[in-house]
Amino acid sequence: MKRNVKIRIAYISIYVFFLVVSFILGYNPGKEIAFNFISFLLYMLKILPCAFILIGLFEVWVKKEVIEKHLGEESGIKGYAWVILLAGTIAGGLLVAFPIAYSLHNKGAKLSIVFTYIGAAAICRIPMTLYEASFMGVKFTAIRLLVSLPLVIVTSILLGNYLSKRNYKMAEGK
Amino acid sequence: MYYTYAITGLILLISFIINKQKTIKAVKIAVVKFKKIFPTFITMLILVSIILFLFPDEVISNYLGNSSKFISVLLASFIGSITLMPGFVAFPLSGILLTKGVPYMVLSAFTTTLMMVGIITFPLEKEYFGVKVTVIRNIVSFFIALIVAVITGILFGEIF
Repeated sequence: MKRNVKIRIAYISIYVFFLVVSFILGYNPGKEIAFNFISFLLYMLKILPCAFILIGLFEVWVKKEVIEKHLGEESGIKGYAWVILLAGTIAGGLLVAFPIAYSLHNKGAKLSIVFTYIGAAAICRIPMTLYEASFMGVKFTAIRLLVSLPLVIVTSILLGNYLSKRNYKMAEGK
Repeated sequence: MYYTYAITGLILLISFIINKQKTIKAVKIAVVKFKKIFPTFITMLILVSIILFLFPDEVISNYLGNSSKFISVLLASFIGSITLMPGFVAFPLSGILLTKGVPYMVLSAFTTTLMMVGIITFPLEKEYFGVKVTVIRNIVSFFIALIVAVITGILFGEIF
């Protein structure tokens, strides 16, 4: 067994042990932590399986050439527009954005586009933006989007170029 | 949120009708990928459950309602960075804080870091992109959030 796996089993066991003991002794903080864990687990199970099925379909159906052409090294401004639109329509925030971004890169999307995707998935999902505006006002949401989105694009390009120069490779087989 | 399942199911069905083999392959890929990353998700959930216990809504409200705006902005960015909550919880909370007189710039710092900076999602992000890129992306996002907060403050007349 690998060392990481052993460490993981160790802290998960301690965690579970702590929660079980908390329930037996009626220790409230432990109960609250268990409640947090379950509510977040349920929240993730609402989105994650769907996201991974869609990623699987994407990997099987979408040809590498298509992604390379529209989101690859030769793509221009349009590539950024496409990827922001894609990010805007997919639910789930960063949790889902990481595996999708990873698949996009494997299919030939360039790094700056991949980072733009992650940033855009965090800040400008369309349903979430409408929801935000209903609580915080349109002005607040508009300022946030108009300031953060250009910054996300510019920093993604800088980061992408920096990493390309250093021959950055993403982890394999995730 | 059940519509995500409905839509995914529909797409899966269409894919299956068009090409059975490819669809089975897609589901296999999905299962393998999910299995590989699932332990990391559990690690993340453990972190979330503990952090949310340490920073419940009331504590966040107390910190954000600090008398100095600039200290509040900094506190808001730190709390936003280390916590993780879905938007459907974060925005109603921010809406309530707004009516309690918390400045827009503070809430901007809070919600933007909440969405863009993920110390809790670090184990997950690292699995895909490596430690270095994850650190850079989060630090850059933190500063983007600060810039957004300052501009929000200027445009809402909270700074000058």
